[in-house]
Amino acid sequence: MINSYSFFESPILALLPFYPLLSFLLLITFAKRLSWSQASFLSIGAIGLSALSSAVMVYQLQDQDFQIITVTLWSWFSVGNAQVNVSFYLDALSSVMMMVVSGVGLLIHIYAAAYMKTDENFSRFMAYMNLFIVAMLILVLADNLVLLYLGWEGVGLCSFLLIGFWYQEKANVLAARKAFIVTRIGDTAMAIGLFMLFSALGVLNIVDVNQMAQNSWQVGNESAYWIALLLLGGAVGKSAQLPLQTWLPDAMAGPTPVSALIHAATMVTAGVYLIARMNGLFLLAPEVMQYVAWLGAFTLLLAGVAALVQTDIKRVLAYSTMSQIGYMMLALGAGAWSAGVFHLMTHAFFKALLFLTAGSVILALHHQQNLFKMGGLSKRFPIETGLFFIGLICLVALPGTSGFFSKEAIIAELWSSPTAGAGLWWCAIIGALLTSIYSCRLFFLAFLGQNREEMHKNDSVGDELSRLRLPLIFLAVLSLFGGLISLDLSSVFIANTSIIEHSKEPSWLHPVAITTPFIGIVFSWFYFKQYRRNTGKPIVESQTAFVKFCRNGLGFDTLYYSCLVRPYCWLAKVNRLDIIDQIIMLNAWYITLWHDALSALQNGKLRWYAAALGLGVVCLAGVLIGGNS
Amino acid sequence: MNSSMSSVINIELFFYLAAVMAIIASIKVISTHNTVHALLYLVVSLLAVAVCFYLMGAPFAAGLEVIVYAGAIVVLFVFAVMMFGLGTDETLNAPQVRGISIWTGPILLATALLVELIYIISHSGLQKQLSIDVVDAKQVGILLYGPYLLAVEIASFLLLAGLLAGYHYAKPEEHGGHL
Amino acid sequence: MTAIPLEHVLIFASILFSIGFIGVIVRKNTLFMLMSLEVMLNSVGVAFIGAGSAWQQADGQVMFILILTLAAAEVAVGLALLIQMHQRFQSLNIDKLNKMRG
Repeated sequence: MINSYSFFESPILALLPFYPLLSFLLLITFAKRLSWSQASFLSIGAIGLSALSSAVMVYQLQDQDFQIITVTLWSWFSVGNAQVNVSFYLDALSSVMMMVVSGVGLLIHIYAAAYMKTDENFSRFMAYMNLFIVAMLILVLADNLVLLYLGWEGVGLCSFLLIGFWYQEKANVLAARKAFIVTRIGDTAMAIGLFMLFSALGVLNIVDVNQMAQNSWQVGNESAYWIALLLLGGAVGKSAQLPLQTWLPDAMAGPTPVSALIHAATMVTAGVYLIARMNGLFLLAPEVMQYVAWLGAFTLLLAGVAALVQTDIKRVLAYSTMSQIGYMMLALGAGAWSAGVFHLMTHAFFKALLFLTAGSVILALHHQQNLFKMGGLSKRFPIETGLFFIGLICLVALPGTSGFFSKEAIIAELWSSPTAGAGLWWCAIIGALLTSIYSCRLFFLAFLGQNREEMHKNDSVGDELSRLRLPLIFLAVLSLFGGLISLDLSSVFIANTSIIEHSKEPSWLHPVAITTPFIGIVFSWFYFKQYRRNTGKPIVESQTAFVKFCRNGLGFDTLYYSCLVRPYCWLAKVNRLDIIDQIIMLNAWYITLWHDALSALQNGKLRWYAAALGLGVVCLAGVLIGGNS
Repeated sequence: MNSSMSSVINIELFFYLAAVMAIIASIKVISTHNTVHALLYLVVSLLAVAVCFYLMGAPFAAGLEVIVYAGAIVVLFVFAVMMFGLGTDETLNAPQVRGISIWTGPILLATALLVELIYIISHSGLQKQLSIDVVDAKQVGILLYGPYLLAVEIASFLLLAGLLAGYHYAKPEEHGGHL
Repeated sequence: MTAIPLEHVLIFASILFSIGFIGVIVRKNTLFMLMSLEVMLNSVGVAFIGAGSAWQQADGQVMFILILTLAAAEVAVGLALLIQMHQRFQSLNIDKLNKMRG
């Protein structure tokens, strides 16, 4: 039996998410009165405390029986037999997530403090970032599904606030709204799934849910299928997978640290975490696991194709994120739980590195984000080039990097998995190929070739950049050597199905998987020759219809606009007078009618009243006569 | 027997005659537009009703009807009309809309009431006939100062209140009257 | 033994009552309303006297006397109010007193 500690027995875990909450409150209250150094000290200090606490807790976890620590803070409410507490549950999976969130979060906060230094709403920015960390920590540490949903909604809110941070620009606000609405659709599906789960099992505690599901339902159970499908809907929305992926490229309208933190390292991985956490439930619905795998694979390929033709550096990275999360979903769908979570961790490292370095470059070029207006940056910013290069080789999964270990771990499990198979293995290989091609294209366009910048400004940005470098170097080290961190997630993932048999696989699987990135690099070297060379010819982006189609996210935006948005707007226009409201107003109209009629009887005239008296007597006598006869 | 029969017929006849006169006079009361004419018709109606009382064997009531009702109350009306010029108002300031349309509704209502009352009366199973024997003043007096003594006292309170109210409300503004 | 049935007397009283009732409702002049009220009260008196005669008891006449007293007091107060109304509104139109409307 896992005993749950009270607050005082494990105060470090209990207080972990609340340091950033406190700093959020202070930053919001005293927003304009804080100086830059005070605000950044407050916010970075809070995250630092959380990161430190996380490290301590991970150390403490080793000594525990079953490697689980639970601490209950207070009782939230109780419904029927289910008691919903605010309590935190720490096991191997949530400790990985917690370390990623607080560790990478700390580095990104340090970067953001330098990046957003000149912004006049600095305190508000750091406050929102802190609030995000609070919500994300609550999400990963939640003991029950209701608290998880609280964190889920919290990160959605912070994503909205941060994407639309520069709200004076209308495009940013629209992007924030789009992100919120699209994820909302997923959230609603998840909420319905939670309701069904509660009505079927009667408990909301995650551990209890997994156990009860294992005990009461057989594999292939109807309820398990539907609940898992709905939870998948929620995960798809939050993690920007098909069909709810349209919000992520537009979310790049936010500041770069936001893109790094929320849309690369943490929030979009919440969907992956949900599925991993509810693995007991998903194992009971193998068809849904197949859906997860296929969705992951399709998103992987779609995002890879779209990334090939983007012109904005951040959008390339956004599609790349979408693609890598597709890999994680593919892993989970195939039953390779540990591999998926491992990839989540390494992806957080190198994607944050890539985004932040891109941010440095964008800042240095005075907020220029168009790839076709960059070029030749390796000469001007060699350190940033090197850092970006490190991030890209991890993304491409060249041998020895962390990305290599995690991606190969996923691909190795695909061929023989009962819910995946050879088809998905090929999808993963093609995806790796696309990854290497678009990474090379990105690198050549931005850093090699000739300088295509339109206005050459000579002011030095060296000081700014040097301040931003420290967290980047940490991330680079983590990206390169993070593969050596061995995650022991076996205590969390009970393999209920048969262990994936690797004996029947063809022997050429591994070599093909390892050499695929190299094939892609060689191909790009020759295909994108003009990008990397210093010729005098100008380079323009391709404008063919197919390329434009891919650039616009393979037409999903247009599809959704014509199928969903336009009919909805038409309906709203037709319903301008609000039919439902009119029906309810009928009630009021009826009462007003009676009021008018009855108040007309009270006209103050004595003769009317006398007549009314007489009428009353007549009626009464009539009733009496009628009753007697 | 013949004389009693004829006297019965006579009494009945006179009674119905007087009743019809009372009814006609009442109708004229409510339909005339001239105030004083209406008051005079009222007097006629009251006198006819007094006759009815006498024929019902209640001479004391008949006397009271004439003396108090017709002789005091209506005279009070006449005084008020004459002294304060209330009679001119009808034709000048509150012209009653002439024509039958005003009357239809109330007539319908009153007819309904009348029909119901007649129905109730005729179906009540009363087989009583009025008695020819007179109930004279002495009997009334004994009853008044016997069982109904309290009622008499209260009636005197009522009269006192009426007196005071009448005095007070009719005082004009300049003499300290205010409503 | 007369042959006047009590019912006829009561019917006579009802007719007078209805006539008075019509008068109260129809006439706008307050004085006429008061007169109609007198007719109504008188009709009630007829009913009482008839009943008293039928049962050969003096109670009917006693009731009539009380009604008479009531009528006298009512007329006194009513006319006083009428006079006040005439002084204030310069009119005896009962419809002018409609401030207590809903």
